[in-house]
Amino acid sequence: MAKKTDAEAMIVATNLTKTYGEFKAVDGINFTVRKGESFGLLGPNGAGKSTTMKMIAATSQRTGGELLILGKDPNTSGPEIRAHLGVVPQQDNLDRELKVWENLMIYGRYFGLSRKFLKGKIEELLEFAQLVDKRNNKTEELSGGMKRRLTIARGLVNEPEILMLDEPTTGLDPQARHILWDRLFRLKELGVTLVITTHYMDEAEQLCDRLMVMDKGKIMAEGSPSELIKKYSSKEVLEVRFGSDNNASVAEQIAGIGERLEILPDRILVYAENGEKALEAIVKKGLHPVTSLVRRSSLEDVFLRLTGRTLVD
Amino acid sequence: MSLDLSSENRMTWVGAKTLVDPQVSIKRGALFVAENRIRNMLKWWTSIIAFGLGNPTLYLLSIGIGIGSLVDNSLGPNAIDHVSYLTFLAPALLATAGIQGAMDEVTWPTLEGFVWDRTFFSMNATAITGKQIANGVMIAAMVRCVLQVFMYELCLLAFGAISWQSIPILLLVASSAGLGFSSIMLAFSASIKDDDGVFALVGRFIITPMFMFSGTFYPITSMPIYLQWIGWISPQWHATNLGRALSYGMPIESWLVILHWAVFLIMTIIGFSWAHRVFTKRLEA
Repeated sequence: MAKKTDAEAMIVATNLTKTYGEFKAVDGINFTVRKGESFGLLGPNGAGKSTTMKMIAATSQRTGGELLILGKDPNTSGPEIRAHLGVVPQQDNLDRELKVWENLMIYGRYFGLSRKFLKGKIEELLEFAQLVDKRNNKTEELSGGMKRRLTIARGLVNEPEILMLDEPTTGLDPQARHILWDRLFRLKELGVTLVITTHYMDEAEQLCDRLMVMDKGKIMAEGSPSELIKKYSSKEVLEVRFGSDNNASVAEQIAGIGERLEILPDRILVYAENGEKALEAIVKKGLHPVTSLVRRSSLEDVFLRLTGRTLVD
Repeated sequence: MSLDLSSENRMTWVGAKTLVDPQVSIKRGALFVAENRIRNMLKWWTSIIAFGLGNPTLYLLSIGIGIGSLVDNSLGPNAIDHVSYLTFLAPALLATAGIQGAMDEVTWPTLEGFVWDRTFFSMNATAITGKQIANGVMIAAMVRCVLQVFMYELCLLAFGAISWQSIPILLLVASSAGLGFSSIMLAFSASIKDDDGVFALVGRFIITPMFMFSGTFYPITSMPIYLQWIGWISPQWHATNLGRALSYGMPIESWLVILHWAVFLIMTIIGFSWAHRVFTKRLEA
């Protein structure tokens, strides 16, 4: 990470802190995001992701530490920074009274872009968001996925140096999510720096080059999805179910099998280099799980290890 | 919809650093906000025009002509201030139109921007500041206010209640009252966390009494002294009294003229500084 030159650093946070009264929402975190990178913030609700995002978006002032965005301090140069950012908030905040194309037009005007330029830009963005047929619809007539794509298109109107997406696909059906991922992947190909919060592990794996796992305002781990899996989990995971009432007692009997056990209410996760062998060892003890499954380790396992929680709990 | 994963990406991209000069929004952000508000208003332009002309027409027909002829018949044609009842009434009606027009365009849009659609947060994600949003909302509200007062004036002119020469000064007075009062309402609306019918209460307990006790239908001095204070603190009365003095020459002391203008100015200053604070704080939260 430190090998690259500082000129490429888009966001540099040093001991970044945000407190609300006694409560530390963000507790002295350090990270750097470089040009063209796709950077993910993971964490359960209340981990401090959104607060961090607001500070990066230069709409919420930090209470401690240092923060540089595009080389500027957001506490003193908020408007200058925001002029070069794109923000896709968690909640769509489109203008309901206005048509799809008008939403893009007025948003472009906020950046001081000319109507002439925006006319062409809007065509590109409608194409990109696959909303060409909907240009004259009011936004309240759009589906959830379409609204989300419009919000993303709106965030691109100024060709931002950094596009920030807060939970971009929450509440969307699988197909709508895949369309969105494809669009975001194209932006990555254009070299746009992406900062994404999510609590979907598959989304993080799909979109992010580098991840930062947060919990209780602190960074628990940082790295690429594969690095994190390698560092914090075993190669394979065996999932066994003995029935909700039995899992805890069975866990005592199988302790020692694999590298580590994780006991969830509905199943036991056995972290092992070889899942099949771990299963054999369990069966040898005369235990017969109702169901068993061997799979590769995922970010979900990393998350569970780091925070002691599943993501959507 | 198909996934369309094969289509080419033809987006041109020079990057915001080349494309966007932050200084443009830093200087003219409020105008961009006003542009959006006016675009929103235009969605309702038929209602705005119908209300702007229909309301005064009905009002003048019923109250102005109806009550006017009752007053003029029983007290003589020029009994109050040596002018017809309709002429006496006109500045008060314009003050109401100005206050109401401006207020409508600050209260609901502000609630929409902070609570319902959260559009102010999307504006603030650009270079636009909270202060500029407040100013932009007010600029658009004043466009509506001036338009509404002007339409009212056209009706009054048609009914012979005002002279065409008094149009500019009455417009200025009514709009100033609108500006003063709606500045306060702008800040107040921005402080509302949830819409629980608070504007209905404002309408019932502030706007209506202001209209009734501000010397609208009769000189404020005809009321018992213990009720006159409502008029003194109401921008409606200040605009009505000033309008009467400046349009048909109702005699008033010159210090009172200064006081009337000062009331609008002070309300505007207090309203704006309060609004700027609330807007900035709320967007930051």
